[in-house]
Amino acid sequence: MLEVRNLHVEVDGQKILRGLDLTVRPGEVAAIMGPNGSGKSTLSYVIAGREDYEVTAGEVLLDGENVLEMDPEVRAAKGLFLAFQYPVEIPGVATMTFLKASVNAQRKARGEAELSTPDFMRHVKQGAEKLEVNPDMLKRPLNVGFSGGEKKRMEILQMALLEPRYGLLDETDSGLDIDALRIVSNGVNALRAANRGFLVITHYQRLLDYIKPDVVHIMSKGRIIKSGDASLALELEKNGYRDYVADAA
Amino acid sequence: MAPMIRREHDAERALGEQFSAFRPGDASASRRQEAFTLFAEAGLPTRRIESWHYTDLRGLVREALPPAPEPDAETVAQARERLQAHEVPGAARIVVLDGSFRPELSDLSALPAGVTVRSVLDALATGDLDADLAAAQKLGAPESMLALNAAFLQGGAMVEVAEGARIDTPVELVLLLSGRAPAATYDRSFVKLGRGAALTLVERHAALGGAKSLTATVVVAAIGDGAALEHLVRVDGLGPQALHLGTTLVRIGAEAKFESTTLVATGGVTRRQSYLEFVGENSTSHLYGVSLLDGRAHADTTLIVTHTAAHCESRELFKHILDGEATGIYQGRVVVAPGAQKTDGKMLSKCIFLGEGANMYNKPELEIFADDVVCGHGATVGALDEDQLFYLRARGIPLREAQALLLEAFAAEAVDTVSVDAVKDEMVARVGQWLRQHGR
Repeated sequence: MLEVRNLHVEVDGQKILRGLDLTVRPGEVAAIMGPNGSGKSTLSYVIAGREDYEVTAGEVLLDGENVLEMDPEVRAAKGLFLAFQYPVEIPGVATMTFLKASVNAQRKARGEAELSTPDFMRHVKQGAEKLEVNPDMLKRPLNVGFSGGEKKRMEILQMALLEPRYGLLDETDSGLDIDALRIVSNGVNALRAANRGFLVITHYQRLLDYIKPDVVHIMSKGRIIKSGDASLALELEKNGYRDYVADAA
Repeated sequence: MAPMIRREHDAERALGEQFSAFRPGDASASRRQEAFTLFAEAGLPTRRIESWHYTDLRGLVREALPPAPEPDAETVAQARERLQAHEVPGAARIVVLDGSFRPELSDLSALPAGVTVRSVLDALATGDLDADLAAAQKLGAPESMLALNAAFLQGGAMVEVAEGARIDTPVELVLLLSGRAPAATYDRSFVKLGRGAALTLVERHAALGGAKSLTATVVVAAIGDGAALEHLVRVDGLGPQALHLGTTLVRIGAEAKFESTTLVATGGVTRRQSYLEFVGENSTSHLYGVSLLDGRAHADTTLIVTHTAAHCESRELFKHILDGEATGIYQGRVVVAPGAQKTDGKMLSKCIFLGEGANMYNKPELEIFADDVVCGHGATVGALDEDQLFYLRARGIPLREAQALLLEAFAAEAVDTVSVDAVKDEMVARVGQWLRQHGR
């Protein structure tokens, strides 16, 4: 279980998260919706272990273990995966080299044998086909010159290869056209499993037509202010965030 | 004007005494005397000489180390062992140990037809220097350390590639220091490429022990019309007591090519200086390199490229990775002579700091006396990108490995053109290895 308890986070002295509580169970897809500036991306970065945020109170528990003192690589090896809203370009590092380094680093951290190159290549090829990732992309430097859609498909390919316990999808739908949205969503849906949970952060309901959530949370001003089932997202789409933002103020 | 009065420095005085006692037993006494007189007049370079501003040898050379003696049997055996561990597959090998050419350690069996290798002392004793090499040698005329090298010259190789001979087999020039007792070494090698010839020369400097050392090492190259020389240099692991002064003097003919890539990963004080001159049209050169510096290491890269002929292109790209209290220096000067129209000259120096105590000095200079040229320079300094590091770590790659990946990628651009795969892979891998070794 992934639990966020009473999380308070500041950036440069400004309070971004103000006592956020959230639970994602294995097998569950939880969606977080909220207006710009409500702290959605901050939440995903803090869970993944980015350093620029100051946690002033609260915990993030992965199966009861607080991850907040762990380095990002340790959290990753324990099964947390963040699909970035803006995947980072890394010139000079071939995508395939990066994929192999990350898969084997996690296997090593968990005391598993590293994959042989042929096994790894086969694994990547299969995943790439499903996500319609052109094999040429794997030879290019990571994310450099990739289109918005290619970058997002690459994020999902990484998630498929790393097989995390919990996937955090930070605005994975942003910058995607309708075809790319379908491919990416199919990729995520294929990874849904009884022992894996997802936290889908999005601004729009559209993504949730493709990735059906079990629970929807509305976030505003650093807290979850309302939770419900998938129908809550539809209601939001109709009425907008205005009511909730006003309530929280 | 009254002559400048210079107070003699202890080390300079001691070098004078050493020279008086120096009896190399060859026919070059008058040439050596002439060279020593030049050195004695100028003295060790000081910070008052602009190009030596950041590497003040008068301050750094406190004592005159004696010229290294002939290596004994044990040293030769050690060198032999060391050489086995490092080799470029298939390459021919020239070995210079403590300044002297050692045929018994060299392996010239792989040398194809069209290349000859001789001892430089024999070559100089038996005939006049080839006119192109003599002209190339003049490029460094103002350097007193080159005069000192000529005065005390212990050995080196004369490599000649015949007209039209395009040699696929790399030729290694391995310069080993025994490092058992404090010593100075003075070697000079010559490389002559006839018209249309091609050669890859892999120059490596290494030490068997860590005793205090002064190395004045020189490579003089003359590249004939239509010829191509690739010069790969590695100065590695000399230790904190080493003072390494390496000079490359290159004269480039018409429609010719000179490509050099240098890796410096060593403690002590290093200065790698290159003087290039384009004397024929439509030629290209590139000077690329990487330096990996930590502790109190000091590495000075000084490049002087003179475009005498028109329509030539020169490129410089250096990547510096600095940690600890290391000092990096990049001085690039491009001189475009009157009439050298359509010159295309660019310099770029990029530095990454891993710690906060290091210093980087960039000094690009353009001296342009022609009006239709494209010349430019750029320099960047910074730290590793935090977003990139986080991204890699968020995928499970530990911090040190993430840094190594990013630094290897940073350095890779500067070694990308290396044609010998074994050397290229080794240079890139050295970056990650260095990072793990020095342990931040």
